[in-house]
Order: sequence, then C-alpha cells, then structure tokens
Amino acid sequence: MKNNYSALNLIFIFLGSIVLLFIVAPLLGMLLNTSPAELIETTKDEEVQKSICLTLTTSFLSTIVFAIAAIPMAYLLARKDFPMKQLVLGIIDLPIVIPHSAAGIAILGFISRDSVIGRIAESVGLNFVGNPAGIAIAMAFVSIPFLLNAARDGFMGVPERLEKAALNLGASPTRVFFTISLPLAWRNIVSGLILMFARGMSEFGAVVIVAYHPMITPVLIYDRFGAFGLKYARPISVVFIIVCLVFFIILRMLAKEKKTQ
Amino acid sequence: MLKIKNISKQYKDFTLDNFSFSVNSGDYFILLGESGTGKSLLLEIIAGLITPDKGEVFLNNINITFKKIQKRNIGLVFQDYAVFPHLTVKNNIAYALKAKKLKKKTINKKTIEWAEKMNISHLLERQPKTLSGGELQRVALARTLALEPVCLLLDEPLSSLDIHLRKELRYLLRKINNEGITIVHVTHDFEEAIALANKIGIIHNGKIVQEGTPKEVFHNPKSKFVANLSGIKNFYNAKIKSDEIVMLENSIEFKHFSGRTHGSGFVMFHSKDVVVSKNQIDSSMSNNFQGVIVDMIPTKHGVEVIIDIGIIISALITQNSVDKFNLSKDSSVWVGIKALAIKFVENK
Repeated sequence: MKNNYSALNLIFIFLGSIVLLFIVAPLLGMLLNTSPAELIETTKDEEVQKSICLTLTTSFLSTIVFAIAAIPMAYLLARKDFPMKQLVLGIIDLPIVIPHSAAGIAILGFISRDSVIGRIAESVGLNFVGNPAGIAIAMAFVSIPFLLNAARDGFMGVPERLEKAALNLGASPTRVFFTISLPLAWRNIVSGLILMFARGMSEFGAVVIVAYHPMITPVLIYDRFGAFGLKYARPISVVFIIVCLVFFIILRMLAKEKKTQ
Repeated sequence: MLKIKNISKQYKDFTLDNFSFSVNSGDYFILLGESGTGKSLLLEIIAGLITPDKGEVFLNNINITFKKIQKRNIGLVFQDYAVFPHLTVKNNIAYALKAKKLKKKTINKKTIEWAEKMNISHLLERQPKTLSGGELQRVALARTLALEPVCLLLDEPLSSLDIHLRKELRYLLRKINNEGITIVHVTHDFEEAIALANKIGIIHNGKIVQEGTPKEVFHNPKSKFVANLSGIKNFYNAKIKSDEIVMLENSIEFKHFSGRTHGSGFVMFHSKDVVVSKNQIDSSMSNNFQGVIVDMIPTKHGVEVIIDIGIIISALITQNSVDKFNLSKDSSVWVGIKALAIKFVENK
C-alpha cells in the first residue's frame, strides 16, 4: 500500500483530479445557474418536448436500422482476412476524425434532390433534406464507427474454437452465427449500440446542415442561443443533458443485467 | 473405414507432409507424437474445419475431402473441450440435436439419455463455468456422441485431467469404443496409447514413421524417437559383426545373444538392466565397461544415472545404491549388461 502514496502517484492523482474537474465543473456550473422554476418551465415547452422526442426516436431508429448491416460487417472484420482490410478499417474510423460540419455537407450532397439517391427517394415521395430520415442518416454517419468497433472487438473475443465445435456438431454457419457468435459477443455489441445511440443523439454539426428543421434538440439549443442568448439556451441544455444521462444510465444498467444473468 | 491419403498442409507453424493412414471400423487408433507435430491440425482436416493443400480423406470409401462439415458425421472433441460457455450443460448436449431439427420431446429424451451414459445427469442445469475439467470433458463427449457420429476424433482428451480422473475417463472411452464407435485419438502420452489403442501410428516431423499394434510398435521400435516415446533410453545404431559381437554407433563393441550373424539396425536395452558398481565385479555379465557419471537425475522409480562409456548410456538404480556406493557426478564407475538384455532390431 505504501507504493500508492509515492510522489509520482500523488502527482498523477492531482493531474487526474484536474481532468475530472474540467469535465464536471462546466456541467455543474450550468446546472447551478439554472433555477428549478426555469427547468420546469422548459420541460413544459412544447417545442422542447417535440425536439427531444424527435432526437430520441431518430437516433434510436438510425441505430437499429444501421445495426442490421453493421453487425454482420463487424463479424466479417473480426473473422476474415482479406486484401486491403487495413484500408477498410481506416475508412470505418473516418467519420470520427473528419469535421462533422464537413460530413454534413458531404451527406447533403449525397441525399439532396440532385443526387441519384435523392431522386430515387423523391420518386416514392420522400425528401431526405429537412426530413427525420435525413437526420437519421446524418446521425448514423457520425456514430456508426462506435458500433462497428465495439462489435468487432466482441466478435474477436469469441474463441474460434467454439464456432468450429458448433459446425462440427452439425450446425449451419447461419445457426452458428446466431446461437454462438452473436450471443457471446452480445455484451460488446450492446455497449456499441448504446454508444452509437448516445453519439447520434448528441450530434449537431452534421445534422444542422442536413436539416435545420425539424429541430433536434442540439439544433434547438443552438437556435435559442443565437436568437435569445446564453440565458435562454441554458435551461434546455440542462434538460437535454439530464435526458441523455437518464437514457445512458438505463441502457448501461440493462446491459449489465444481461451480463450478470 | 476412415482413410487418409497423402494429406499435406502448411498451416501457421505446423506442417503435415504426405500423411497417410487408415483406420478400420471399430478401431481405437491412437496417433502418438510430441506436442506441436500438427496432430490437432490433422483432426481438424478430417473433421472438415480446415481443407488440406493436397490429398484426400475417405470415409466408408466415399471421398469427403470437400464435403461440408455439418454433413460429415464425424465428431470432434477439442483439447480444451470447447463447451459453449453461455449454454447450460443440457443445452450444450442438445445443441447437436437441435441442429438436426428433431422434435422437442426426442431432443429431451436423448439429452437425458446421453447425460446418464456420461454420468453427468446431476449437472444438466449447471453453467459450464461452474464445472471441473473432468466434468467439462464429459459434457463435450456427451454433446458430440449425441450426434451419433460414425467416427469420434479426440484431441488429447486426458492431458488436462488428474490421474484419478484419467482412469475413469479411459474406462469411459474404452466403453464407447466397445459399443462400436471408431475412435481416432491423438496424444503425446505413451501410457495412454498402450492403455487404449488397438492400433498406433507414430508421428514424427509431420509424417507417420511407424504403424501397428501397441505391441508391434513398442517391442520393435524403428527409430530412436519411438524408443524414447516408449521410455527406452538406451537406443543405438548397430551393426552385427558376428554371432557374438555387435558394434554400437561405430565406436564400441557389445556382446549379444540375438542369434544373428549379420545385419544392421538398432540395439536397445532398458535402463534397469544396466548394473552399476564401484569396482569391476566378477559375474555372468558379459558386457563390462568402465565409465564416468555425467549426470544423475532423480525419477519416481529411482535415480537415472547417465554414464559415458564411449557412448552415453542410462542406468536406473535405487537411491540406496547411490548412497551405498557414494555415487556422484564425475565418479568413475563400472557398468555391466547381460548379453541377453541386449535387443537387436533390424532396420530394413
């Protein structure tokens, strides 16, 4: 135990505390600067309610829809070696490193009425720009790396021997995937889903370019700040952070419950 | 029944080179070789988990080299058992049955039946992580046997079990074999091979170097490697000079009594047949040499004394003798070996 209190450790603990404070202090400051009355009033604001609902549903749906393709892809990346695999892995991480406003511009070009996809969508009466579907696409673009990487880690942690044993026991590759690989990687996949959902929910840059309206909460916060200033943007920020935290905690707990079962 | 023909495979650090052997229906065939010789790789090729670079696998005269794994009906039990950690014992056993799309009732019945046979009925609702090695092994066996395979492949099934469990499991494996299931079992343990096999193949450097019944193989080892596997330490290249004299390693002459007058091959004798004394003794032993002790290794049966008499020989003596003659490294000693203890094996 003596080691724990060496000079180096004390310095590290001190530095760590500063980092922790750096994260907590602004959030706490904002919370303390907002009166309960303001918070209650904000939660009653219909525009706020609508935007929070919109944010949660678009992020949720975008996570679920893209997971259907992303999880099998993560499995491939974990199990197979193929030419240019490193390049593919690099591409997957791309959305994390590029500026999200630039990503928004790219997506807008991709789904606008002038693009092939936009035209196809329009022919069935759908316009992505300024539409929740467009918002979901922008959210997915910036958040899908989190799911892909987590799911890939999960599949890599499943011993190949177990899959081989299952094949030997007469199971088809499909059955092996659904009864062995997927359940054993599930914990990582769920944590990837949570991360993707949370990241999508908090996205501003890419979404604001694809769809200013209907307003998701991060855009609404920016809108109130631009129109009325800090004082009016603060309560809605606090409400949204609380909603995010509540969801984050609930999902974490659900994932943990699965783990202990 | 099972025939492996000229299989070659380069996989990670392992090489199989033109590997061939055949197993008859009902055989208990043991492939014996040191660790890292590609034995597990061979089993995975037979089971279809890996395709060979060259060669063919036949089951009942049908070429199954490229047949789907699920359709081969060959059961493989992995060295680390590979019991599915997220399923109960019951669901592990039922896994193969569910894949066959049997009726729920049949699955239940068969699961219980196999659990009873493997003596694990009391564990059915347990999670694998709460089981011991021996229990996991039984689960793995039950799960594979429930598939009713025509051939069972076992990868070092006893290696991670303690001695008591080994005995039990040997009995179980013999019982399974007696019920008519052909078994191919790979191991590095010579005792296991003697105790279980009715046919043995010795693997060395990615090839089968000798094949036959345990008796044939261990009474007539065709290489130093096989002799070492069977515990014979004294094994030398030899050339018979006359009906009395045999030359070992081109350097030292031994008296022999093999009844042969010429030929070349190997000479071997057991360490326990080597007599060690401080001074030259007058006895019926016709091979007497002076030498120097180069090493002394305690074993569970006594002390193995390594002596340089021009060639290196191994003698097994009791700790009492070591104390009595005050033997130690670099002591000068006499060794004696009866001509009758010298065994000559011709190498064709």
